[in-house]
Amino acid sequence: MGEVLIELDGVEKVFTVRRRAGLVRREKRQVRAVDGIGFTVDRGEMVGYIGPNGAGKSTTIKMLTGILTPSAGRLRVAGIDPARERMRLAHRMGVVFGQRTTLWWDLPLKDSYGLMRRMYRIPEARYRANLERCVERLDLGELLEVPVRQLSLGQRMRGDIAAALLHDPDVLYLDEPTIGLDVVSKAKVRAFLRQLNAELGTTVLLTTHDLQDIEQLCERVMVIDHGRLMYDGPLGGLHASGAAGQSERTLVVDLERELPPLEVAGARVVRVEGARQWLAFPAQASAAPLVAAVAAGYPLLDLSVREPDIEEVIARMYAGRG
Amino acid sequence: MAEAVLGRERGRERPPAVVWERERRRHRALEGLRGYGLIAAMWIRSSMTYRMSFLLATVGNAAVTLLDFAAIYIMFTHVDALGGFSLPEIALLYGSCSTSLGLANLLLGNTDRIGTRIRDGSLDGMLVRPVPVLAQVAADRFALRRLGRIAQGSGVLVWAVVVLDVDWTVGKVLLVPVMVLAGAAIFAAVMVAGAAFQFAAGDAAEVVNSFTYGGCTMLEYPPTVFTRELLRGVTFVVPLAFVNWLPALYVLGRPDPLGLPGWVAFLSPLVAFVVFVPASLAWRVGLRSYRSTGS
Repeated sequence: MGEVLIELDGVEKVFTVRRRAGLVRREKRQVRAVDGIGFTVDRGEMVGYIGPNGAGKSTTIKMLTGILTPSAGRLRVAGIDPARERMRLAHRMGVVFGQRTTLWWDLPLKDSYGLMRRMYRIPEARYRANLERCVERLDLGELLEVPVRQLSLGQRMRGDIAAALLHDPDVLYLDEPTIGLDVVSKAKVRAFLRQLNAELGTTVLLTTHDLQDIEQLCERVMVIDHGRLMYDGPLGGLHASGAAGQSERTLVVDLERELPPLEVAGARVVRVEGARQWLAFPAQASAAPLVAAVAAGYPLLDLSVREPDIEEVIARMYAGRG
Repeated sequence: MAEAVLGRERGRERPPAVVWERERRRHRALEGLRGYGLIAAMWIRSSMTYRMSFLLATVGNAAVTLLDFAAIYIMFTHVDALGGFSLPEIALLYGSCSTSLGLANLLLGNTDRIGTRIRDGSLDGMLVRPVPVLAQVAADRFALRRLGRIAQGSGVLVWAVVVLDVDWTVGKVLLVPVMVLAGAAIFAAVMVAGAAFQFAAGDAAEVVNSFTYGGCTMLEYPPTVFTRELLRGVTFVVPLAFVNWLPALYVLGRPDPLGLPGWVAFLSPLVAFVVFVPASLAWRVGLRSYRSTGS
């Protein structure tokens, strides 16, 4: 077992929401955004933190970075209490918010980086090496002179990721790092993160809506809903876990012509669209006999097998608990 | 074993509290100044890349504020005195408070943008950096073109000092720069308090402006033209009277309309220090409330 880098124990965050209830009177309502979460992350892990909107993902990240102070519980990152020693922790972590930049809007990337170097007191040689690596791998060479506001979303995101890594942080938090990016940018960002984790051993915690991020990057995934941790383990286990219910794979078949729903043992038709049909079958079952059965009984043109969609699995998990 | 680790951990959490806290505060202040310098320097460099545009902006800044004084000058082509004050006497008031506000504005003027930062969440980006937030907010978009106002204000001030018919004693000579600097500090404290207020009130930049710009416009005119209630308010509540009225009255050898003794004129630096205490306290409370409620 590796060294524990992030440690949460019974962490809660309660917001008091004031709402107008009449002319002057105001109602106070307490919202438990994070409701007793505990987990640890070892140095070098790459963890996905997922859940529906308003589940408490961002609130957790904000507590881990020292932006928000927890209402209760114990929280340590690299042995530091983030809320109390925000500035000391800042030297040890990098943060990327997908929705907004932490760079200086009107300045060229290069100037922002130069300022970071002085702000974080990064030794010149380290800074050069880190910047060079980021520029090369994130393809920033031609963007360095461009003011941040003129960058496209994908370019800006890459710029932000580089900025978060110049000071060699122990841990990198990414809040929706691929939101709104095109396929090429997403691939670039993912490849970079994989390399970063593999080569430098940087611990990465990322929240996302894009399950491909998790599939391609994270061996471990945590699912949070209503401020509680619902699942913590390998991605594969999410499919198999009882909470997720019986998960299914889907066989998509293209037939020569429109036909009534196929009748094949071990599968059921869930959708028909012209000559294309979707057949669901248990995730653990082999697809081979099913394909053989379809090919034997029907005029088959093409087929593909779809793995269970994690989003669906999670949705089912919610339904099961909710 | 686990308990031993816990014990050590707990020990680390409880350092000799007072020493630690004092050390930390000193450290924060130094880091704040350093961070401020770094950010401001970067903005200056960035504005210097377009030298011509910078020059024009600075000259424009001075010209616009000069129109301000031109209005007073034109008024004096029709009257000989305003509230019993001559043109050079008013120039002393005008020059000192304009310079003070210019200085405060140069150093802290951008704190009024914090309301926007709270609303759009960009304050979060500042909280993850190893520099105190106030320093970052204040240095953000540091604009050297604001030297324009300072140049114009000090120009009027120097003219006033030269043409004024005053018996210059050592005390009066010293009081002029002290007045300008203490005035700037008082305006700066008002700006910090205003920024803190925005944590509670959302975007309240205009409320702050009414105290700074509005206050300065008031201070350009002699206290004798205002009501006693207002004078009491700006002496004892929001102590803007210490920016220039009270010291300037002493320099001019005029009595204070509220009947305060002459030595009060020398209290401006102390007043500046005293208002900074609640202002910085308010800032800390504001930031803490942000950190416990989120945006």
